[in-house]
Amino acid sequence: MSVDISQFHQVYFEESFEGLAAMESGLLGLSIGEPDNEAINTIFRAAHSIKGGAGTFGFKSVTDFTHIMETLLDEMRSGQRMVTREAVDLLLLSVDQLGRLLVATRDKQAYDEDAFNTALQNLQAMLAGAQNSPVAAQVADTPALSATGWRVTFAPQPHLFMTGNDPARLLRELATLGPCKVTCDSAKLPAFSDFEPETCYLAWQIELNATVPEAAVREVFEWVDNDADLAVTPILPPPPEVKPKAEEPVAASEEDKPAARPSRIRPARLRRGEADAESPEAQATAESASAANAEQAGGTEERRSTERRSTERRSAERRESGGGAAGAAAGGTSIRVDVEKVDGLINSIGQLVITQSMLMALSDNFSVDDLEKLREGLAQLERNTRELQENIMSIRMMPISFSFNRFPRLVRDLSSKLGKEVQLRVLGENTELDKTVMEKIGDPLVHLVRNALDHGLETPDIRLAAGKSASGTLTLNAYHEGGGIVIEISDDGAGLNRQKILEKAREKGICGPAENPSDAQVYDYIFAPGFSTAAVVSDVSGRGVGMDVVRRNIKDLGGTVVVHSQPGLGALFRIRLPLTLAILDGQLVRVGASVYIVPLIAIIESLQIERGAVESISNQTEIYRLREEYLPVVRLHELLGIAPASTRLEDCLLVVVEVEGRKFALLVDELLGQQQVVVKSLQTNFRSVAGVSGATILGNGAVAMILDVGGIIRLCRERAADLPLLPPSARVA
Amino acid sequence: MSAQMVTSGLGSNAVLGEQFLTFILNDEEYGIDILRVQEIKGWEQATPIPNTPAYVLGVINLRGAIMPVIDLRLRFGFDAVEYSATTVVIVLRIKNLEGLERTMGFVVDGVSDVYNIPAGQLQPPPEFGGSIRTDYVKGLAMVDEKMVILLDVDHLVASDMELGESPEEQANTDSALVE
Amino acid sequence: MASILAVDDSASMRQMVAFTLKGAGYDVTEAVDGQDALTKARSKQADVVLTDLNMPNMDGIQLIRELRKLPQYKFTPMLLLTTESAGDKKTEGKAAGATGWLVKPFNPEQLLATLKKVLG
Repeated sequence: MSVDISQFHQVYFEESFEGLAAMESGLLGLSIGEPDNEAINTIFRAAHSIKGGAGTFGFKSVTDFTHIMETLLDEMRSGQRMVTREAVDLLLLSVDQLGRLLVATRDKQAYDEDAFNTALQNLQAMLAGAQNSPVAAQVADTPALSATGWRVTFAPQPHLFMTGNDPARLLRELATLGPCKVTCDSAKLPAFSDFEPETCYLAWQIELNATVPEAAVREVFEWVDNDADLAVTPILPPPPEVKPKAEEPVAASEEDKPAARPSRIRPARLRRGEADAESPEAQATAESASAANAEQAGGTEERRSTERRSTERRSAERRESGGGAAGAAAGGTSIRVDVEKVDGLINSIGQLVITQSMLMALSDNFSVDDLEKLREGLAQLERNTRELQENIMSIRMMPISFSFNRFPRLVRDLSSKLGKEVQLRVLGENTELDKTVMEKIGDPLVHLVRNALDHGLETPDIRLAAGKSASGTLTLNAYHEGGGIVIEISDDGAGLNRQKILEKAREKGICGPAENPSDAQVYDYIFAPGFSTAAVVSDVSGRGVGMDVVRRNIKDLGGTVVVHSQPGLGALFRIRLPLTLAILDGQLVRVGASVYIVPLIAIIESLQIERGAVESISNQTEIYRLREEYLPVVRLHELLGIAPASTRLEDCLLVVVEVEGRKFALLVDELLGQQQVVVKSLQTNFRSVAGVSGATILGNGAVAMILDVGGIIRLCRERAADLPLLPPSARVA
Repeated sequence: MSAQMVTSGLGSNAVLGEQFLTFILNDEEYGIDILRVQEIKGWEQATPIPNTPAYVLGVINLRGAIMPVIDLRLRFGFDAVEYSATTVVIVLRIKNLEGLERTMGFVVDGVSDVYNIPAGQLQPPPEFGGSIRTDYVKGLAMVDEKMVILLDVDHLVASDMELGESPEEQANTDSALVE
Repeated sequence: MASILAVDDSASMRQMVAFTLKGAGYDVTEAVDGQDALTKARSKQADVVLTDLNMPNMDGIQLIRELRKLPQYKFTPMLLLTTESAGDKKTEGKAAGATGWLVKPFNPEQLLATLKKVLG
């Protein structure tokens, strides 16, 4: 029977990438010099599993590579090897290399053999450097050919049965080698009254007449050679005497490379690495060599730009080819779901089915008297569908740790390349969000983190001179607020440079020469389109980098991003995202003849206009005085290009919304109830539209636009450049 | 008018890619690759999209999908007319520059017929000097002594969907058309 | 047909083993670690136990030790799946009560042959 085991390959790769991720985070968490045996064990087991599967499925390179890593880790866990920074760094690089190898194996593509071989040699060198590999024992050569048979004396020890072995089976197996003559020795058998059935008393002598090697005979008894007395003697045709050959220990020659060699290789490769970094097709070799070198010798000024470029290319490569553990695992198309959640779904469906049959039954012979029952039934239907919906959404929710997990490595690598000391603090990593949202927020987060490391955080000397600690802190935080998720990236670096930003903004025409923007406005310029023209080609896929792209990506997810900064103290980027892209609680409003949806989470309150509370600043802008606040009024019908039902303000209603900390009043003709709506994208078949975040299909089948409040405000600002932006606490003068 | 799915009446000589659905617009006959036609619907009121050119009538609910509807008359720069009983919406599958598929509806005066026009019968569009856009015209063909202008739908829409192009810019570049 | 308890924390290995054995007509119960295996072994009698060595939540050797304490598993054949041909694990395994071992990597054919050997 032949079994096609290639069907298990996919599962193997998935679990191997998970194993790699576990190895990486385990390695990052190891304290140098104070090994936590449990932690090392976990890392070891992961390597071991990957190796085991590789062997079974025939991936030889993976087996060989992982074997050395496993040996190193084994030595560490048994205390034979110290946990040094060098060892951890090498293992981390090896994890990367292994990841790339696994991807190449899985996708049946070529991989960089040079890089692989270098990594392998480095591992071997490390292994040989501190410790000679154990001498492998060699089985004695058997004087097999001359024996025509074997005499086997097999005397099991009394406890043999306790090992689950059975002499009968062993004898049967021996008989498969050739014809046997078996004699049983029952000398040890006690009297019946003393007989213990679980003890083995018998022994056997077997004459096997077959020309088989001794090893074959011994193999039959391989499992029990500690639990039995075994003697195997050849039956020889007389007379030549056979001399057993002497044992020859195997020299551990391949492993024994001099430790000095790798470091001699590196400087040469570094020079090549620098040259290669200029060319668009930088080799992984150069990168891993220059990266290894950087680990070894520490960055110098002149190499920094090269390394930065190769780092970026490396992380781009990682992202692209999934070379790192995180890269490969994160882009998967499957979700692990708790069985409980699935059970919950089944329950919900069950209830839905019951409600449906009830409604069907009701519709037979329906009379007006049944109206109340119908209403109840429909209410129940609504409850059931809502529950089902929540259950399904929760399946797609995953903790943000999946996204945050790539950062310890990234921060470690990048900070060491930039010559900065950075501590990474991660809070709220259990905060859950939709899987798709999380996948798409990954790149913007990476960009913001790298930006903070690059521009925000200072080098140790500058920090010390400024009276700060040499090591800077980068904090990632996530929490739920207002029906959405907030992700904050903050650092205690130098903060944004207001002067420079303003100059650049003026230069690019984003800010007029006469304008005097506030600090907050200046900082917001970094997100303006066209602000960052840095031609940093870091992605082969051509995705541009720049804050405007970050904001656009976040906006496409229905979210917002703002930056706060304090010179000398640091900066904070706050991203707000909806928990899910799919469903929204909305307030239906009528503007003119059309129905629009305003997201409920943006609405503070709605009210009827009070005469006299409206004041005009200029003939374009109006302010509404609400209690002690002044709110700019946004005439939606003008913005949306619709004919209003009435231009008399008193006939209209105001919907007060809050956007990025500021309040505005939207002018609508009528409020039409609240409901949950399914968000459908306009981009699928059309394009994104300013002021609109999506569309939905109402109960009557008509399409209604969902307003993007932030976008509306922005449109407003563009249309009326002098719309005043009053702080929330503005009072009547 | 109820929605109909277009069936391609394949003659034994038909080759894929050579069948065209023709429609009338402003007394001219235009043709489009039948493989791109998803269905033909009667016209229905669309929900307007704010701040879009006049020829973008809005979006409709096509069995749960949000589909934009374009008035092809306005798009080509002709005057608008009242919609009548023969006004139809042709639902097309459009591929953009990145190969992504979109579904869009186009309002035309009426649908004509399905013709088999082998590649050999296609004449290249004439040059009228540089001012006229010809990138969405595949070519011209004579069918039953009528001239049919064959359109390349992918190119027709691609220029529409550029992000960042203001309605004014779009109107300027699209005002001319091959006759 | 004989009932096998297959224990391995690696899903791909477990699936392969289960698939191979089921295809040969054996009844297979899967467990993801020693603890899981112990629970399942108690509720359903296995005729043979196949277990990986390195697993979280109780490794293979500990599992065998625990199983041997149960009267119904005193004589049950228990095989360790090991990638190491080093003697110390085998010795340790035997000391814990293992019947024998199967060295990884093994192919399905070798697995079936070994099982036949053990079940007779």
